[in-house]
Amino acid sequence: MSATDPSQYDVPERPVRRSLARQVLPYAMLSPAVLVTLAIVFLPMIQTAWMSLHEYVLFRPKEFDFIGLENFRAVLGDEVFWISLRHTLIWIGITVPAQLLLGLVTALLLNQSFPWRPLARALIIIPWALPSVVIALMWAWIYDSNYGVMNDFLLRLGLIQRSMPWLADPDTALGAIMLTLTWQGFPFFAVMILAGLQAIPKSYYEAASIDGASTWRQFRHITLPGISGVLVTAVLLRVIWVANSFDVIFVMTGGGPGYATYTLPLYAFIKARTNLDFGYGSALAVTFTILLMIIVVIYLRRTGKALR
Amino acid sequence: MALKRKSLRRRILTVDLPMLAVLVFTLGPYLWMFLTSITPENRLFTEGPSIAGATLENYTRLFRTVGFADNLLDSFIVASGTVVVGLSLSVTAAYSFSRFSFRGRRALMMQFLLINMFPLVLLILPLFVLMRVLGLLDSHLALIIANSTIAIPFSVWMMTSYMNGIPRSLDEAAMTDGCTRLGAMRRVVLPLCLPGIIATGIYIFITAWNEYLYALTLGGRNVRTITVAVQTLIGEYEVQWGLLTAGGIVGAMPATVLFLLVQKRLISGLTQGAVKG
Repeated sequence: MSATDPSQYDVPERPVRRSLARQVLPYAMLSPAVLVTLAIVFLPMIQTAWMSLHEYVLFRPKEFDFIGLENFRAVLGDEVFWISLRHTLIWIGITVPAQLLLGLVTALLLNQSFPWRPLARALIIIPWALPSVVIALMWAWIYDSNYGVMNDFLLRLGLIQRSMPWLADPDTALGAIMLTLTWQGFPFFAVMILAGLQAIPKSYYEAASIDGASTWRQFRHITLPGISGVLVTAVLLRVIWVANSFDVIFVMTGGGPGYATYTLPLYAFIKARTNLDFGYGSALAVTFTILLMIIVVIYLRRTGKALR
Repeated sequence: MALKRKSLRRRILTVDLPMLAVLVFTLGPYLWMFLTSITPENRLFTEGPSIAGATLENYTRLFRTVGFADNLLDSFIVASGTVVVGLSLSVTAAYSFSRFSFRGRRALMMQFLLINMFPLVLLILPLFVLMRVLGLLDSHLALIIANSTIAIPFSVWMMTSYMNGIPRSLDEAAMTDGCTRLGAMRRVVLPLCLPGIIATGIYIFITAWNEYLYALTLGGRNVRTITVAVQTLIGEYEVQWGLLTAGGIVGAMPATVLFLLVQKRLISGLTQGAVKG
């Protein structure tokens, strides 16, 4: 996004009416998009905040009692909230670095020259294009305790002694879902990092190898600094995305067994969907959003600087 | 010659083989799903999925008894509707961001970026209440509106970046020749960024096609998109994996094909901002 220099638009003196129209035009052209987003995004958001201050259960629509911050106090005392928060942190803390690492390796490989590179580059993106529901079902089939290929594979390698119910065992369920999400998300990193790699001038590497720098040193002192901007942006975007996404968990385990795979957005969704408790669900959603905003603000600041 | 052969072997060991391993990991689950879908149901649990005796029985059952065609149509209506809404609202907005300098430009641009970061769960509850009040639950329009919350901001950003790539001097030349601002946009800028508009439209289509949680919450009975339909196969037909995987393949097909078709242009648009930032 290039910075815009106002002087570029300055045209020699024109009649006043013309210049007024010129001042209004940008806003007029923006108004459809802005008004619609106000109506379908910002108003509903305010409504969520408003609902979170009420006792509001959908099958008792008459009772919409203002209770202040009572829901939020209940959230802080809710054991399931803390379990979900812990899972959300584990979920982000393991999935995003795993995606990053696998994406980085893939990007470095795709940046080499080999005959079938275009094919590899096209195929690597497939997980990104698949619907989450299909991904979730596909992996549920792989993890199936009786017929799943995962058990078959690991048994043959001798890594496990007997078939494991991956998604039904509280100890393995979250890990199994994190592997699925890593699979879904690493192509995004690979593509972003690859774009960053290709922006580094070849001459840097030539100069370094003339000076006798080893491959590792070249990676450490040319490649990493060259892609650091992309890495930070990609990680921030991905943290936000991974934190928000709960459709894969919802389809694979629905949060179970017990609370073993609850994350915060999933908990809020289930509260509202299953218990129809929109007041409490909204309070959970608002709490989650406030926590997430810390990362969003960091990201927006970075992008805002680039816009200037 | 000996040196060349050695370097080829080295390349195969350090590039081709690891790349192949990554690809096996990437495509393996998908191919496994496909293999399962063409295995006859009675053989699936005795011998496991295999290519021998492949059959399309699961696919025909999907369309004959489950009525997948209706679900495909629902998904198509919702996704196309979202594309129309998303593109038409954002064309002028993107032009404005790309061509004018005005008070509040940066704040407004950031606002569109911010929307894309909001958790879906924050919007899904009030949208459900809103649609219930308006009597729109279980209609195509409800899903189009819900999907537009993602499509509009995304499309504004993508199109702004494409339009920034078209020199301003072209607008000015058109205006010198007597075009108005809007005329310059319509006759010069829009045709030039048509490939970008198409790529944005396709991306919106894919996202709306793949969307699940809105479709489940705001639709479900009369309007049942493909993602919801695939998921409900689990409940109605106690884990018939052959049918389920066939549904997965069919449901993922349009998005996958479209994605492969436009991936190059799409990715350059998606990564541009990030690389420069």
